[in-house]
Amino acid sequence: MANAKEIKTVLFGPIFANNPIALQVLGVCSALAVTTQMATALVMCFALTFVLTLSNFFISVIRNHIPSSVRIIVQMTIIASLVIIVDQLLKAYAYDVSKELSVFVGLIITNCIVMGRAEAYAMKSSPGMSLLDGLGNSMGYSLVLMVVAFIRELGGAGSVFGVEIMPLVSEGGWYQPMGMLLLAPSAFIIIAFFIWVLRTFRPEQVEQA
Amino acid sequence: MSSKNDTISKTLIVVISLCLVCAFVVSTAAVQLRPLQEANQLLDAQTNILRSAKILEGAASPAKVRELFAKHVEERIVNLSTGEFTDKNPAEFDYRSSWRDNELSTQLSKKDDVASIRRKPHYAPVYLVTNNEGELFSVVLPVHGYGLWSTMHAFIALETDGNTIIAMNYYEQGETPGLGGEIENPRWIGQFEEKKLFDEQGNLALNIVRPGNASDPNHHIDGLSGATLTANGVQNTFTFWMGEQGFGPFLSKVHQGALNNG
Repeated sequence: MANAKEIKTVLFGPIFANNPIALQVLGVCSALAVTTQMATALVMCFALTFVLTLSNFFISVIRNHIPSSVRIIVQMTIIASLVIIVDQLLKAYAYDVSKELSVFVGLIITNCIVMGRAEAYAMKSSPGMSLLDGLGNSMGYSLVLMVVAFIRELGGAGSVFGVEIMPLVSEGGWYQPMGMLLLAPSAFIIIAFFIWVLRTFRPEQVEQA
Repeated sequence: MSSKNDTISKTLIVVISLCLVCAFVVSTAAVQLRPLQEANQLLDAQTNILRSAKILEGAASPAKVRELFAKHVEERIVNLSTGEFTDKNPAEFDYRSSWRDNELSTQLSKKDDVASIRRKPHYAPVYLVTNNEGELFSVVLPVHGYGLWSTMHAFIALETDGNTIIAMNYYEQGETPGLGGEIENPRWIGQFEEKKLFDEQGNLALNIVRPGNASDPNHHIDGLSGATLTANGVQNTFTFWMGEQGFGPFLSKVHQGALNNG
C-alpha cells in the first residue's frame, strides 16, 4: 500500500489540481445533460461514483490477466455491467428520478472519465489505489456537476433542490428566469467559466499555446 | 502485462469467464429487482390516473394511492373497433406488451399512423372513476403518441359526456427538458381542463394553436414556444386516439349515454 502522501494526491488531486472535467475536459456530455436540476445532478453523481469506483477496482483486480488485445472490450464489459446494475437499482428504489435521468444513466457507459481512468490508472495500479482514484475522480466530477447545476437551477428556475428561492414572475413573484440557462449551451459556458476561474488560481494548468 | 496473456487460449478463457460472471451478476440484479420495479410502475400509473381525474392532488404515500385507487377506480378493457366493453380480466391484460402481439394489435399503414405509434392495439384499458358518493363521473383514457424524440404517454380524464376534459396528465416522455418537456408542466397541461374534444357536428375540434393565438375558449390550447414539434405530437395523439382508429367508436357509444345507463 502506498504512503499517506500518495493516497492524498490520488484521492484529493482530482478535485482541483487534476479535475477530470476542468483539466482533462472529459465527461462533459453528461455534465450538460443532467444539470438543469440539482436533485437529478446529485443522483447522477452518486451513479457515476458507484460505477467509476467499482469499475476501477474490478479492472485493477484482474489487470494482470487482461489480454492487451481485448483490454478495451474487457473494460467495457465490466463498466457496462455496473451501469446496468445502477440503472436497475434506480428503477427499483428511486423511480421518479430514474424517469428523469432516463437515458443518461445508460450513457455513463460512454462517459470518458470511466474509460479514461480504467485505461490510464486502474490497468497499472493496485486495487486499493484504483478504488481511491475512482473515488477522487468522482468527487472532482461531482463538484463540477453540482456547481453547474446550482447556477442553472437557481438562474433558470429560481430554486435550489426544487425549493423556491426566487419567486418566478409566472407564479406571481418578481424573478424573470433566464430560460437560456436551462438549455445545454449554457452548461458549456458555465464550465468554461469554471475552468477560467480555476486556471486563474492555478496558472500551471494553463496549456502553452 | 506479460505476453502469455496474449495467447489465444488465455484470451478466450478470460473473456468467456468475465462474460459469464457479468451476465450472472446483471441477470441476478434484473430478476431480483423486477417485482419492485413493476410495483413502482403500477403505482406511478395509478397515481397519474387519480391525478388526471382530480381525485388526488400533489403527492401521496403509496398506501394512500392504492387505497384511493381501489375505492374510486374500476378498470375495464374496451374492444377498440366496436367500442364495447369486454369481459377480459384487466389484471391479466398487459396493455403495453399487447402492442407487440400480432393477435392483439395490427400494423398501421403510413396514412393511418397519425401519431407515429406503428401498431394499433385491438383492446385498450379504460378507467371508470366514481366520486365519494359512488357515482360515476369520469372515464380515463390512456393515450400515447410520438413527439420530437420520444413516445409520450398520457392519461386523459373525460366527463361522462365523453367530450369535456376534466384534466390531462403526461406521465412518461423524453422530450427536451425546459422546452418540449414542458408538456408535463401543470401550467401548460392545465389548459386542457374544461376544454371540449368535439364541436357540435361531432368532429374533433380540440386544437393546439401557435402560442398566444388561442381564440376559441372551448377548443383552443396555446402551443409551446420552442417546442412546435412536441406540440404537433400532442395534437397528433389527439387526432389518432379520438378518431376511428382509437377510442372513436367507444366515445360515440359514450356520447349516446353508454356510461350514464349503466
